[in-house]
Amino acid sequence: MEDLQQFKQTYFEESGEFLGVAETGLLRLTPGNADMEEINAIFRAVHSIKGGGGAFGFSDLVAFAHEFETVMDGVRNGTIAITDELVDTLIRSNDVLGQLLAHARDGTRPPAGFAGQIVASLKNFAASAIQEDADVEELYAPSPAVTAAATGGATAADGRRTYSVRFRPKADLLLTGNDPTFMLRALKALGDAEIECDIGGLPTLAHLEPELIYLQWLVTVTTAKNTSDIQDIFEFVSDESLVEIAEHSAESPASAASKAEAKPPAAAAASKAGAAPPAVYATEAAASATAAKPTAGRSSAQSEGGHANLGNHTIRVDLDKIDRLVNMVGEMVITQAMVAEHVRDLPQGEFQELLEGLEQLAQHTRELRESVMSIRAQPVGSVFSRMPRLVRELATATGKDVSLVTSGENTEVDKTVVENLVDPLTHMIRNSIDHGLESPDTREATGKPRTGTVHLSAAHRSGRIVIEVADDGKGIDRPRVMQKAVEKGLVQAGATLSDEEIDNLIFLPGFSTADKISNISGRGVGMDVVRRNITSLGGRIGVYSTPGQGSRFILSLPLTLAVLDGMVISVGAERFVLPLTNIIESLRPKIADLHGLVNKCDVMMARGEYIRLVYLHALFGIPGAITDATKGLVVLVETEDGGRLGLVVDEVLGQQQVVIKSLESNYRRLDGVAAATILGDGRVALILDVAGLQEMSQHGGSASSVAQRQVTAASPQPHVM
Amino acid sequence: MSKSASLATVGSIRGDVVATANSNEEQYVTFTVGNEEYGVNILSVREIRGWTPESRLPNLPDYVRGVINLRGIIIPIFDLRARFGGGITEVTKRHVVVVVQVGERTRGILVDAISDILAISQDQIKPPPTMESGLVESQYLSGLFTAENRMVTLLDVARLFAIETGDDEHQSGAAD
Repeated sequence: MEDLQQFKQTYFEESGEFLGVAETGLLRLTPGNADMEEINAIFRAVHSIKGGGGAFGFSDLVAFAHEFETVMDGVRNGTIAITDELVDTLIRSNDVLGQLLAHARDGTRPPAGFAGQIVASLKNFAASAIQEDADVEELYAPSPAVTAAATGGATAADGRRTYSVRFRPKADLLLTGNDPTFMLRALKALGDAEIECDIGGLPTLAHLEPELIYLQWLVTVTTAKNTSDIQDIFEFVSDESLVEIAEHSAESPASAASKAEAKPPAAAAASKAGAAPPAVYATEAAASATAAKPTAGRSSAQSEGGHANLGNHTIRVDLDKIDRLVNMVGEMVITQAMVAEHVRDLPQGEFQELLEGLEQLAQHTRELRESVMSIRAQPVGSVFSRMPRLVRELATATGKDVSLVTSGENTEVDKTVVENLVDPLTHMIRNSIDHGLESPDTREATGKPRTGTVHLSAAHRSGRIVIEVADDGKGIDRPRVMQKAVEKGLVQAGATLSDEEIDNLIFLPGFSTADKISNISGRGVGMDVVRRNITSLGGRIGVYSTPGQGSRFILSLPLTLAVLDGMVISVGAERFVLPLTNIIESLRPKIADLHGLVNKCDVMMARGEYIRLVYLHALFGIPGAITDATKGLVVLVETEDGGRLGLVVDEVLGQQQVVIKSLESNYRRLDGVAAATILGDGRVALILDVAGLQEMSQHGGSASSVAQRQVTAASPQPHVM
Repeated sequence: MSKSASLATVGSIRGDVVATANSNEEQYVTFTVGNEEYGVNILSVREIRGWTPESRLPNLPDYVRGVINLRGIIIPIFDLRARFGGGITEVTKRHVVVVVQVGERTRGILVDAISDILAISQDQIKPPPTMESGLVESQYLSGLFTAENRMVTLLDVARLFAIETGDDEHQSGAAD
């Protein structure tokens, strides 16, 4: 029972992936652009979901998947033309399939009449393709000699050829969710077919296992298609079942058929190979006989074999297990820090081996942490791949022509970050399409191509992931933003704001410039929520806009939300952690390096550059700290957008891996603080947010102490260091 | 789970846990700050622990003492004396932190000492007298109770530090 549960679990996981594959494929499917590979991939995905569903008895799911599959099969055969309408239906069908999967997983039944409309339109498409729908009954007709469609008389006059196909399914074929009816019907759809059923293998009723197949079929089909088309039909079963396809000379279809019928199935393969001259493809994975024809066997079993190979290199692991592992590694990092801290107090030079051992432990802990984190790393492509769908829908809803260009899909980032990216990105893309891009006519009038472009890209930059959503629309309408902000009381009338400040107004809560509220965006709950989400992940978002040319939203996020390499610093009695990725160097400046800048702030000359100093004690109001930069230390830090600062601190205590703990889960976000952590002694230390500190200091947080000093230095005595 | 544990802890302090006879009665943990006695509903109390040094948080009112590590999670500590304008508590080993749970969030309240556990029925709780606005911010007082000859001020823990716990964060979110 438990085993079955486990298989179900695997089935739902795999089905989720298949849905993704199908959706990706469907979105690329456009009229006149039918990539057979894609179509086959979609078909296989749907078919696999159906197959597994059948095995578990999810009848609603299977029935729907079957309709879906039938249409996909028509598309694959070229009997159903690819139209926009078709693609829309198929995409919606994929959604319905997902919902049915969810019902199956939760053990609930979909409401009555669920997706009836979709089924109806699928049926319509299917009917448009297969005019003469094979009657299921006849396939099971008891008499071996009954001929189904009496079209017979295969002549090669119109370039069509006649094949005889022997299909002996593996006895337990039904258990894998496959149904021979479907294949026979597909065969029939290829052209004129005669289907004969051989019931010779049927045991007596007492021995009959209702779930096994004892029948075999001989189909004589006259078609314009070639052998590989016929083989495709049996693609999923060819490694389990005997499928023989023989082309025969137009004169003697009947004789070939009768010959096959007369022979017992086991002997058929061998003798038939000799009897039917032009081409015989036999694949039977179970039989060692196929070893003689390895190439045929491999190529036809491609899809199944491909999965098996993948299985050798990857394993599925429950996310909970990984989370537990990550938590344990986090605790281990804290313990390791604790041990390291205690060892520091030991007398020097006495416990050399212990110290070396601990040094190695620290090294291994770091490697372990990195390996564990890399397990959780995922390419952002999994989020990006959801966006074409969104863009498509938005384009339809707004009547704009939009093309989405993505790059950097392979950029990897922690799974939790990936998951939390979906909503912000959705909002940002909505915003770009709804507010940013103009209508095609307006675009044309301003000399732009009718189709607007939204560019979505990701890249690693200084230990963070930077994601950019750029559009080539009209950019932020600053006068209107300003006007709205004044109307809503967010800005005082007559205030002068820089362009950048105006652009950033759109992140304020309750701000929306849409003249009419659309159901896409414009309720004014968009961008502030985006910013809240991003900052709660330890990230930040900025907007850069050029009127008439478009806007760029840039968000940067930490690569992981669990652990970081940090430098522990002290200011007064407090200790803080600076992310190592932000630190350039630390140094003790000489008095000659320090200058006051128009009495507003201090700057320091470091390696030929003037760098603004930020006094952490002043910014955070910490008593008892070293206020003179020449007596403390200056840590040069860099924000991810390249800004540099010199943080004045008391002391740098050392480098350490720290586990990121949320301050917000029990308290709230604080300016200049990214998160908190627990140090080796069990005390809490705040992890600093360098870009946040920079912002705080720009709003007059830290006054110039050099300037003050210079005022006092006007009195006779020089400053004593 | 932790309720019984905290009961036991508190019980060992006083040794006179009152059995709840009346279904209308609710139990309150009372504690002192200076000469005043306050009470909070025992259901919101997760544990009572001794003082451990806090890490300060920048640029916040003085009654936000800072944060401590509570078995791997980080919780804020509020100074009740400072909250009521009595200045910052000079912490000694005898001071205790009442760890309370409000919804999903956990926070600690620094008080002088645990005093009692009282079973109080709703009809014994008197509303706080109407004050001139500004004298007492009464929204976090849930009532007054007379125990023997002492007055116990019952606090609404959900409201007490609501402004400081990010429950309502729209304004600060806009400020950065």
